[in-house]
Amino acid sequence: MADNILTVEDLKVDFHTEEGTVHALDGVSFEVGYDEVLGVIGESGCGKSVTVLSVMGLLQSPPADIVAGTIEYEGTDLLSVSDEELNEIRGGQISMVYQDPMTSLNPVLTIGHQVTEPLLRHTDMSKANAREKAIEMLESCGLADADRLMDEYPHELSGGMRQRVVIAMALVTEPDLLIADEPTTALDVTIQAQIMDLLENLQEEFGMSVIFISHDLGVISEISDRIAVMYAGRVVESASMERIFESPLHPYTRKLSESIPSLDTTVDRLPTIEGQVPSLYDPPSGCRFASRCPQYHGEECDMVDPQLQPVESEENTAHKVACHLYTDVSGESPPWDVGDGYARSVATEATRGDN
Amino acid sequence: MSESIRSTYEVAQDDGLLTTTDLKKYFPVKGGILQQKVGDVKAVDGVSLAIEEGKTLGLVGESGCGKSTLGKTIMRLHDPTDGSIHFNGEEISDAGKSRLKEIRKNMQIIFQDPASSLNPRMSVAELIQEPMKTLTDWSKEERRDRTLELINEVGLQEGHLQRAPHEFSGGQQQRVAIARALSVNPKLIVADEPTSALDVSVQAKILNLLSDLQDTYDLTFLFISHDLSVIKHICDDVAVMYLGQLAEVASTEEIFEDPKHPYTKALMSAVPEASAESMTDRILLEGDVPSPEDPPSGCRFHTRCQEYIGEVCETEKPQFAEPSTGRYCACHHYDGST
Repeated sequence: MADNILTVEDLKVDFHTEEGTVHALDGVSFEVGYDEVLGVIGESGCGKSVTVLSVMGLLQSPPADIVAGTIEYEGTDLLSVSDEELNEIRGGQISMVYQDPMTSLNPVLTIGHQVTEPLLRHTDMSKANAREKAIEMLESCGLADADRLMDEYPHELSGGMRQRVVIAMALVTEPDLLIADEPTTALDVTIQAQIMDLLENLQEEFGMSVIFISHDLGVISEISDRIAVMYAGRVVESASMERIFESPLHPYTRKLSESIPSLDTTVDRLPTIEGQVPSLYDPPSGCRFASRCPQYHGEECDMVDPQLQPVESEENTAHKVACHLYTDVSGESPPWDVGDGYARSVATEATRGDN
Repeated sequence: MSESIRSTYEVAQDDGLLTTTDLKKYFPVKGGILQQKVGDVKAVDGVSLAIEEGKTLGLVGESGCGKSTLGKTIMRLHDPTDGSIHFNGEEISDAGKSRLKEIRKNMQIIFQDPASSLNPRMSVAELIQEPMKTLTDWSKEERRDRTLELINEVGLQEGHLQRAPHEFSGGQQQRVAIARALSVNPKLIVADEPTSALDVSVQAKILNLLSDLQDTYDLTFLFISHDLSVIKHICDDVAVMYLGQLAEVASTEEIFEDPKHPYTKALMSAVPEASAESMTDRILLEGDVPSPEDPPSGCRFHTRCQEYIGEVCETEKPQFAEPSTGRYCACHHYDGST
């Protein structure tokens, strides 16, 4: 697909541990368009970080093992290129911002050293030019007095400033794709608001594509054009940001947004999701959400793994969901053929059983 | 007496289960070759608040504002530098070891990260029984009965009692920590960010559990959190803290409907809302929280304030005024009403 900068298809990653094999990702598929911000949301352990680490080629193997799937970046399969080629792409064209700025900055190197490093590595810029460019980028990231900062060390900065430095470091090579893995989770809300504002402006300014990972629906809603919801190593729903909030289809997406206390409404009791996330050592054969699902549909939920399918709807077909509520299986016996054609559009089904 | 908040707020705090007056906790900063004291980190600097019995007071603020230190000082896990803590009808700021043992039967604390607050070498049964063993003279049978009662109450099963904390998920560990805090039948529970380490769906369950327990046992909570939406959900009253001092105190309903202090307004507007509509009129604060070692003069918020009036903000400490009944706010905007 030419209109996507990154296409991940059916990605499967296992971790071999002493206790057995963890199927951390089990068929993750998503795509990121040019100039698009894709938000990836899910709870701890759902595989958000493993997904982007696979894209960056940063998974340590062993224990990690990419079993199947393709990661296509501008026509190149990142899983089959050599380390040298990957090194060229990584840091130059794709770069990453991590959660904790304290651990992603090297404490014994100056800010200047760390921000110019990607430039010296990926371009043939001279040291003086690289320094100039780095100062410019630090200033774009809202750091006043960037010239002086270049000679300071990470510990001399506050958390918010450090995260700005990390962002400057990631953007200094003007990448086409930025991966931000919970970039504001370690920060206070007022600082988080500053950083989100900065990221939004920079995204517009540079016109880059962004994968933004968070466990916080609020943060995701601010920045994303499209959202992918992950659960237990799968993408269970992906749609435009508006549709995820206004007409979510997957029961998990709906339960997730209900369980967050809101500043606008008051409830006596928060709706909860019964049970727990299934063990990824031995995931259930059917839908992974079946045992907790408030809209459990019947035995196909336990037996057949729902595939991520586009839902036919008037407005757009970019809404995909992996749920049997939206798959026509009536009249068929197991194994149901769920990989075929468009799923039935059952927008009314989405609201059934809600109260 | 110090120059700190001498406020009308004191008048209103006669009949709380817990009241603090001008409470301070400074930590010495040592430096130089001789490790001499070179200054103080004024973590809590003159806080007066009150919690009514059976109510939940939310304490909200950014990291480093002193909210956890305040919670721990109230628990007497830190010795206060100055000021008084009045709990359950007695002054406890100077209580010695044996009196503290009595007092702690009535006040317990739940910490943020259950994985580090539960001893990994103890079984769940031992963990829950430990406070009863140390603080009460209950017999073995009484302790066992209470443990069985609690384990069901917090939503775990009897079969879990012999297991070690690492065998549980974060949410279940927090349930054990809650059972442990409840074991001695306390009146007051200080909950220090009890859900911050948990996923949202687990957080919802723990918040529901805490409100259920409050109804059953008539508990009073001091609920510390940085998350305004959680505070709004669970608290009756809210105290907003900034750099060791209270900025605003009001009932939850009032403070969320009509925040008065500029900091409260900025804090609320910074919370991202999970909805398709985008925030348009967000207040973006400049810069970071200043160091509590050398707080700004006058109003501590003046360096970042979006409603800065003028010199008065830099030179004079705002009084904790009462702009309308039951609402307290330390800001020069409301000085006229005192």
